[in-house]
Amino acid sequence: MADSKAKSGLLLDIRNLRIEATVYPPGEAPKNIVLVHDVSLTLEKGKVLGLIGESGAGKSTIGLSSMGYGRGGVRITGGEVILNGRDILKGGKEGFRKLRGREVCYVAQSAAAAFNPAHRLMDQVVEATLLHGTATRAEAEKRAVGLFRKLSLPNPETIGERFPHQVSGGQLQRVMTAMALCSEPDLIVFDEPTTALDVTTQIDVLAAIKDAIRDTHVAALYITHDLAVVAQVSDEIMVLRHGRLVEWGGTRQIIKEPRQEYTNALVSVHEIEHQEQQPGTTPFLSVKNVTAAYGRSHIKVLKNVSVDIYPGQTLAVVGESGSGKSTLARAITGLLPPEEGTVTFDGRPLANKLADRPKEDLRQLQMIYQMADVAMNPRQTVGTIIGRPLEFYFGIRGRERDKRVADLLDKIEMGKGFIDRYPAELSGGQKQRVCIARSLAAKPKLIICDEVTSALDPLVAHGILELLLELQKEESVAYLFITHDLATVKSIADSIAVMYRGEVVRYGAKSKVLTPPFDAYTDLLLSSVPEMEIGWLEKAIKGRRMASAGN
Amino acid sequence: MLDIKRIPIPALIGIVLTALFVLAAIFAPWIAPHGNGEIVGDVWEPMSATHWLGTDNLGRDLLSRMIYGARITLFIAVLATALSFSLGSILGFAAAVFGGWFDTLLSRLVDLLMSIPTLIMALVVLSVLPTNLVTLILVMGILDSTRVYRLSRAVAVDINVMDYVEAAKLRGENEIWIIFREILPNALSPLVSELGLRFIYAVLFLSTLSFLGLGVQPPDADWGGMVKENKDGIVFGIAAALIPAAAIAALAISVNLVADWVLNRTTSLKGGRG
Amino acid sequence: MSSPIVKLVAQRVALGILLLLAVSVLIFAGTQILPGDVAQAILGQSATPESLANLREQLGLNQPAYVRYFQWLGGVLTGDLGTAMSSGQDIATSIKGRLWNTLFLAFWAAIVAVPLAIILGLIAVRYRNGWVDKLISGLALASTSFPEFFIGYVLVYFFAVKWQIFPGISTVYDGMPFGERMQAIALPAAALTLVVLAHMMRMTRAAILNVMQSAYVETAELKGLSAFNVIRKHAFPNAIAPIINVVMLNLAYLIVGVVVVEVIFVYPGMGQYLVDHVTKRDVPVVQAVGLIFATVYISLNIIADIAAIVANPRLRHPK
Repeated sequence: MADSKAKSGLLLDIRNLRIEATVYPPGEAPKNIVLVHDVSLTLEKGKVLGLIGESGAGKSTIGLSSMGYGRGGVRITGGEVILNGRDILKGGKEGFRKLRGREVCYVAQSAAAAFNPAHRLMDQVVEATLLHGTATRAEAEKRAVGLFRKLSLPNPETIGERFPHQVSGGQLQRVMTAMALCSEPDLIVFDEPTTALDVTTQIDVLAAIKDAIRDTHVAALYITHDLAVVAQVSDEIMVLRHGRLVEWGGTRQIIKEPRQEYTNALVSVHEIEHQEQQPGTTPFLSVKNVTAAYGRSHIKVLKNVSVDIYPGQTLAVVGESGSGKSTLARAITGLLPPEEGTVTFDGRPLANKLADRPKEDLRQLQMIYQMADVAMNPRQTVGTIIGRPLEFYFGIRGRERDKRVADLLDKIEMGKGFIDRYPAELSGGQKQRVCIARSLAAKPKLIICDEVTSALDPLVAHGILELLLELQKEESVAYLFITHDLATVKSIADSIAVMYRGEVVRYGAKSKVLTPPFDAYTDLLLSSVPEMEIGWLEKAIKGRRMASAGN
Repeated sequence: MLDIKRIPIPALIGIVLTALFVLAAIFAPWIAPHGNGEIVGDVWEPMSATHWLGTDNLGRDLLSRMIYGARITLFIAVLATALSFSLGSILGFAAAVFGGWFDTLLSRLVDLLMSIPTLIMALVVLSVLPTNLVTLILVMGILDSTRVYRLSRAVAVDINVMDYVEAAKLRGENEIWIIFREILPNALSPLVSELGLRFIYAVLFLSTLSFLGLGVQPPDADWGGMVKENKDGIVFGIAAALIPAAAIAALAISVNLVADWVLNRTTSLKGGRG
Repeated sequence: MSSPIVKLVAQRVALGILLLLAVSVLIFAGTQILPGDVAQAILGQSATPESLANLREQLGLNQPAYVRYFQWLGGVLTGDLGTAMSSGQDIATSIKGRLWNTLFLAFWAAIVAVPLAIILGLIAVRYRNGWVDKLISGLALASTSFPEFFIGYVLVYFFAVKWQIFPGISTVYDGMPFGERMQAIALPAAALTLVVLAHMMRMTRAAILNVMQSAYVETAELKGLSAFNVIRKHAFPNAIAPIINVVMLNLAYLIVGVVVVEVIFVYPGMGQYLVDHVTKRDVPVVQAVGLIFATVYISLNIIADIAAIVANPRLRHPK
């Protein structure tokens, strides 16, 4: 074994990997589907390969195959996985057990779920090392403390005594990385390790992971859907789609000179041409000094918030989780009546409570949600979903209604054939389009878009954003666009409000908000958005003025 | 949409058996070879060509008694289930949608009722109430409605916070639309399978009460009562009491099979990988 | 033990005591304030006015209900459960021996049922979706559909009548040797075990499966732990609380089953005593026994909740 390692420098060699699973469609016989079609890859010692693709691309499945593991009935049915010169698929269960946690370790997307709530962190971090007998307990704990320090965790000496629920999400993700590194493996599989984190936390974790990989010379498979993230840590990138290889090359080549059309689409996904509109003279909706709290709690989720929305324009509200951006939407719609302050619409104040608002006011404010599949009644057809506002607000029924529904479907670039479909029969992007059509049916002046693209794959999200801009031109509807994703904001906003802990910290026209000098938080936020550029991470870390809240 | 060939065999068995029991109950006077109270032979005659299931403790034809017993058992169980279901689900939905003091009051009351085992509570109440069909149905229905209330309230609360219900509220829809058009269609599948389970429970509960001598009173007898009538024969090796007991078990299993299938069919809208 | 746990446990116990008080009101109200005249119901339609008046006097029915309730509650708290109307005997004295008998029966049923259910539940998880699992869930479905007396009489029919291994009627008396006593309760204990076994097994299986599907079990597998160690070190510590919960809930279910089983086997316990006196419409006895059953039931539920609180690492090690 040592010989072959030394000879080739090759650590992992996956050849013609085929992975299948059995699916159970309702009311049909179970059938086999192929998740990964004959994918091959090689990874040299100490190198990092990024696996990238949209959901269903098979990237996690391939990553886990290097440990001989299939999640939930997934089976490796063909090919070879050669690790350190031997085909691990021939080793059987016993062979897998010996390599897991010793030669290959795993870092999961949600460390919060992946740590056992019943044990202290240190016991879990050193468990694999002790199990495989590569170090004594004292040595392993010393090594772990060293890793905690390297990953810049606070109180590295004592953090191991804590239980998982006593540590924040960003820190847990780093502890999990320490856990993977502790048994000094040859390969670590990182499975979307920063996806669940806020953007300002992500950058710290990413930097910690990158440093740790560099210093320990471990090889890694880095799985993510975010090309900008993977460009920071990988030597090579492999693009996957529907379980097939699209393109595989050096990081620079993939992001600068993609050879495949699909890769090109992924690289240029954030580029939408949008000319910023100058704010008009009078806003039609003004939020003035709004303060709100949930229940009788003393913690104010919104503190003295004021923003204006101009006809036919987009106000983007940006912030991380807990910044109060969704609460602002609830206050405007009347779902959470503000404690203080007013919302004026067309020059007159809107009733605070939803129940006190006339139908006409309700019609003028429509809403689109993040999760399109729970925003539509699963027992109603697309026709009913889009048609109901027409009936409800305008009393349009029968054939006239069907005609209008068909027109709306046309507007969202879906055919008439969808009118009798149920939401479960639509793809993620189609569902969100139907929700857009439902809000358009009311002919509103304002649509509140609450993270409408964050649950979608990048390309699909791109399509939705283009559609929204297109519709804005046609219908001259205004958007209140709530998001955590600054790239989206740059593509579609006319003005921007940056929120932090319930307050608006920066507000104005897009060009003004995105031009220095910045306040400390906006600077942190802007500098944390990964850019598709090699070396961005180091630059960003160096240039920061404020520590992120998640640490 | 429903293809008989696609119904799994256990569910098919359940449907057929349940249908047989129901038919026997409906057409009892035409099917039963003898009258309900008619004494046709000796005490505890064994099974024979004339008396397929033998005779009971008074010499009545056991098969005929079983068929009439099906009638009483199903009649009471169906009415009690209907009562518990309509009461429980209406109050449960209302509590979920209206919330506030109405919800708090009802939920605490239900907590209290459920903190005593149903059988014990029923025995306590039956010790002072007159023993007749109406009391029986009311006691069974009201005590059991607590379970339906909990389920339907939980289901409705879950649905009530879904974005599509919020969307309907934002649109300005009234409570009637929200309960009947948004919540009810989505609550139906767990409730339908619960209906089956509540019915089984009603059958078992009625049988237990009758077996203890507190349910249907002689000369009428449901299956539980027939077990009581014939239980003294067991020690002499006479299995007459086991026949109605087995009938109760068979009915409960068949309904269970059907309810299981309904639940599986309706919850797996999307299918899964496993 | 840190303070939030103590606080939560204290809260739960206080809530339980409050619930018990409310239950005592409910039981009292259920027998006293319901429509209809209790005295009339007891004596029947043919009762003379004098005897009705006498009975009312004797029951204290002329006093307002709340006065009678507090008198009754005061008696219960000091161990005075009143006298039975049908026999004139002191209820507390008659109950003592019977309560012991019932607990003896329930104890042995639980001793057999609990470990058996947990082991079978574990086997079902280990061979999930295999034939063992299917057989176990099939039996569980069947046995939840069986009335208690069906199980009971089938046992009697075969073990007592056909094969004559155990007695079909469980006579026990004071000073009975332990061996004979065990022989006498063999069949009722078996019937009780079967009544709760399936349900407990099914719930244990669900509780363990729930834990086995969590991400930290996957983490443990990916560290190379053997299947046994994954269960012992990672699944089990998190499954204890739900399993204790399952066990307690089913023991609570057991005390309902005991009523029917005692009647089947003519076993001199609380259940038979209750049913007898419901038939005789002996209200003081029914109240007393009903309250005792409710107390046991509520106590088991409180224990289940406390177990869940104590086993929760989030509460044991607060931030």
